[in-house]
Amino acid sequence: MDIEQWLYSFPLRLRSIFHPNQVDQEMKEELREHLEQQINENIATGMSAEEARRSAMRAMGGIAQIEQQCRDARGGSVLQDFVQDLRYGFRQLRRSPGFSALAVLCLTLGIGANAAVFSWLEGILFRPYPAVVHQERLFAVAGTVQGKRIDGLSWPDFLDLRRSCTLCEDSFVSKITGSTLNIGDHAEVTIGSIVSANYFDAIGVHPMLGRGFEPGEDAGNNSHPVVVISYQMWRNRFKGDREVIGKTQRLNNVAHTIIGVAPDGFYGTFVGRAIQFWVPASMEETFESGGYKLEDRGARWIESYVHLKPGVRRAQAQQQISVIAARWQKDYPATNRGRSIGIWPLWQTPFNHARTMGPTLEVMVVVVAFVLLIACANVGNLQLVRSFVRRHEMSVRLAIGASRGRLLKQLLTEGLILSALGTAGGFLMAYWCRHLLVMLLPVREGRTMYLPGVIDGRVMAMGAGVCLLVALITGLVPALQTQHLDLAGPLKADSSSVVGSRRRAWLRSGLVVLQVSLSFILLVGAALLLESLQRMRTTSPGFSTTSVAVTSVSLVASYDVPRAKAFQNELIDRMNRLPGIESAAFAAVTPLGYAGYPSSPIAVDGYQPSPDEQPEVEYNQVGPGYLATLGIPLLSGREFARSDDENAPLVAIVNRTMMMRYWGGGDPIGHRLQVKGRWARVVGVAADSKYESMGETPKPFFYVPLRQDFVREPDLNVRTTQSPQSTLTAVRREVHALDQDLALYEMITLQEQVNRAASPQLVAVTLVSTLGGLALLLAAVGLYGVMSYSVAQSTRELGLRMALGADAANLLRLVISRGLRLTTGGVLFGAVAALALTRLLGQLLYNVSPHDPLVFGVALVMMTITTISACLLPAWRASRTDPARVLRG
Amino acid sequence: MSKPADLVQGTLDMLILKILALQPLNGWAISQRLRQISSDVLGVSDGSLYPALHKLEHRGWIRAEWKSSENNRRAKLYSLTPLGRKQLEKETANWNRVSAAISGIVQLKEA
Repeated sequence: MDIEQWLYSFPLRLRSIFHPNQVDQEMKEELREHLEQQINENIATGMSAEEARRSAMRAMGGIAQIEQQCRDARGGSVLQDFVQDLRYGFRQLRRSPGFSALAVLCLTLGIGANAAVFSWLEGILFRPYPAVVHQERLFAVAGTVQGKRIDGLSWPDFLDLRRSCTLCEDSFVSKITGSTLNIGDHAEVTIGSIVSANYFDAIGVHPMLGRGFEPGEDAGNNSHPVVVISYQMWRNRFKGDREVIGKTQRLNNVAHTIIGVAPDGFYGTFVGRAIQFWVPASMEETFESGGYKLEDRGARWIESYVHLKPGVRRAQAQQQISVIAARWQKDYPATNRGRSIGIWPLWQTPFNHARTMGPTLEVMVVVVAFVLLIACANVGNLQLVRSFVRRHEMSVRLAIGASRGRLLKQLLTEGLILSALGTAGGFLMAYWCRHLLVMLLPVREGRTMYLPGVIDGRVMAMGAGVCLLVALITGLVPALQTQHLDLAGPLKADSSSVVGSRRRAWLRSGLVVLQVSLSFILLVGAALLLESLQRMRTTSPGFSTTSVAVTSVSLVASYDVPRAKAFQNELIDRMNRLPGIESAAFAAVTPLGYAGYPSSPIAVDGYQPSPDEQPEVEYNQVGPGYLATLGIPLLSGREFARSDDENAPLVAIVNRTMMMRYWGGGDPIGHRLQVKGRWARVVGVAADSKYESMGETPKPFFYVPLRQDFVREPDLNVRTTQSPQSTLTAVRREVHALDQDLALYEMITLQEQVNRAASPQLVAVTLVSTLGGLALLLAAVGLYGVMSYSVAQSTRELGLRMALGADAANLLRLVISRGLRLTTGGVLFGAVAALALTRLLGQLLYNVSPHDPLVFGVALVMMTITTISACLLPAWRASRTDPARVLRG
Repeated sequence: MSKPADLVQGTLDMLILKILALQPLNGWAISQRLRQISSDVLGVSDGSLYPALHKLEHRGWIRAEWKSSENNRRAKLYSLTPLGRKQLEKETANWNRVSAAISGIVQLKEA
């Protein structure tokens, strides 16, 4: 049929498919019309009415047959063929329930793993914020130095950016914050966002009760104590009270008026957390440490986002924003020298858990693709066995005139049925697994992680694509066989000669080799990740991990700086008097935690930076005895004492790397170091330790006394001989003795902190080894199938060997060595591929070479054991061959 | 009604196209016209007419439209498409060639 004809017939065909009743009705009307005309004519020639009718009917032939012939002529037969194939396919699959169940199970696992990973990608990286509009145009904004993200934006910078960026549709602030939620006399910790007033408008979310923020509510200092609460908080704390608007809720002991309730299904804009409340930026001082920062261009505390205008590319916008930031460098050199602004797509957001989960999920995409391929290879193998059984059926159909195309269509339809069932099962599996990631991650009290999988249209479309691909693969493998079907052979009563057997054997072995190589790669990956995790957890980070516990006291707003200082001193004194507690010290930042370290431009007497160098070093504000409490060795000089307070001369302790870099290895004690424009004297040198991640290389770092650079809510580190739980009870008792209104965060050991820093690795290890195990199992099933089949096919040969003097042990060895030969091939391919692919694990690996020979060895041993176990049963069967019976037969 | 020869049956498509080339007609009228021109010799049963019409419509050679006829009854009117006209020319040429050849053979004098 050429194009022109097709243009005519296509609309007709569509009509037959979509309006079959109407088409049928018209056809019947046409025939009835004809019949009536004939009857009229007959009556005109003098027949009686009855006679005329009968004669007309006779002339027509059977009405029903004509109708059917017309339907056939109309076509729409593609659909009819398909329905017929579908029915036939279902019947065939029901006839071999074992095969069908196994095939569907394999595909469910394969497709389910893919659907789950797609849904995580969608829910965590690509469309992480349910209910937020235009996420495809949403970009994360952060401050950079030399292209590297180091911190946030300051409020003045944010306002300027919003004014000057013409390629941005809007931009908004969403800074995560913890808060004490006071309910009666009881206090607990919850999580919220400090936002700009345009927040709810910019993201297109409308509170289900009350209103969002009004312009201007984000200006001033503590001037607008209003809050929008989450749907969950509304349900749980306020029991779904519809009169909640206008009531007050104390947050950090400041009364906030509830002005709105966010809609169900909106969880804020921070990957990894379900945000419980939103307050305008004007309330910043109540929630953030470090005082009122809305007018401080140097205080970079903001996490923010921009919506680019439709059609604007990231690179264009980045260019414009860089120009704007460069202007600030000239206008505000004191605060903005050497600094710029970067934007990132949501899946690369530098300040939330998209960053931690991203690499793991990237690896998972490859892993599940492998699992799917292995599952397909398995089903393909099963299909091959079946196509051997079905060759008779196929030959008969060919003989009675079915075209090969028609048979191919039939096989593809069967593949489609299997694949569709597998896809349905897979999506069910993905749905059950949508909160799996959270379960794999450690939970923090009051800060439950929220990392949902999302099954939306895009994930569905992806699944449908996978389904069709799988249908094609599983349908085409047996179709390859029918290509070589000859008509006469199988029709002869019982042809024992296997048609195309060489080809089939080759194909089956090929599929097994593929499976073995893919599962070998997964084994290597899993072993590498496991080894990394092990090393991460056992390598010393440079401070003691098991005997130090850390928590934080959430100070309410009535604690101004003097009161907070007094509180801290008093608490430390009380702690030091407790039995079982060796020492306690405050510090602004806990190593390996979520909060990043502050950094400062520095200058050192006698160190001449190169012209384009702007030395900037991270530091921590710590209390007296911090190094001793954490067990960080002091290499020379002294620790901070309580006398190093705001009235004393400024002092600092530098780490070893800093000493090497800025003092050329000479003794820095007594020398001057400029921090944030003020000169301090170095009083000590501390050993290097890990600060932000276990994977980092030693970097310059220094400490300043907390009292000389104060933060209101530092973390409390306690060196103790007791469990974190009993320590927490003790600390809580002391805190409440000082103030009943204060809440504590959970208390964990620093070891737990290290483990949490390794949580992406933990997730990766768990998922990759689970899927690797699954892959190994599937490969074993495939191998078992091939070996059993080849043993069954070669009973004659085996019998002959036995008759010629081979004993059972010989045959056992023979079969197993055949299996091992297949495995060797697979392992060789797999090893070569793994050498190239393990590099993808990149930053998930810690202190392990991607080509670690030990890991490859372990994978090889596991593969060999699996092969031998898969071959044992067929080999045993081979060894039981009865030569007399076989040879006689 | 005697069964017409296969050859004639195969030319039913051509006859329909030819009839419709003269004017658009409904199914009943086509069957009457067939009977008239072929003087009942071909004996096309009404049963085979309609499937043939539907087939031709699907090949894009004829087009069907519902029209109200003079006595205000709905009737399905068939007409030739440009594609159908080309097909008719092709089949006519073919027919002339074949029938010329055959009549040539039939008229051979026996030696």
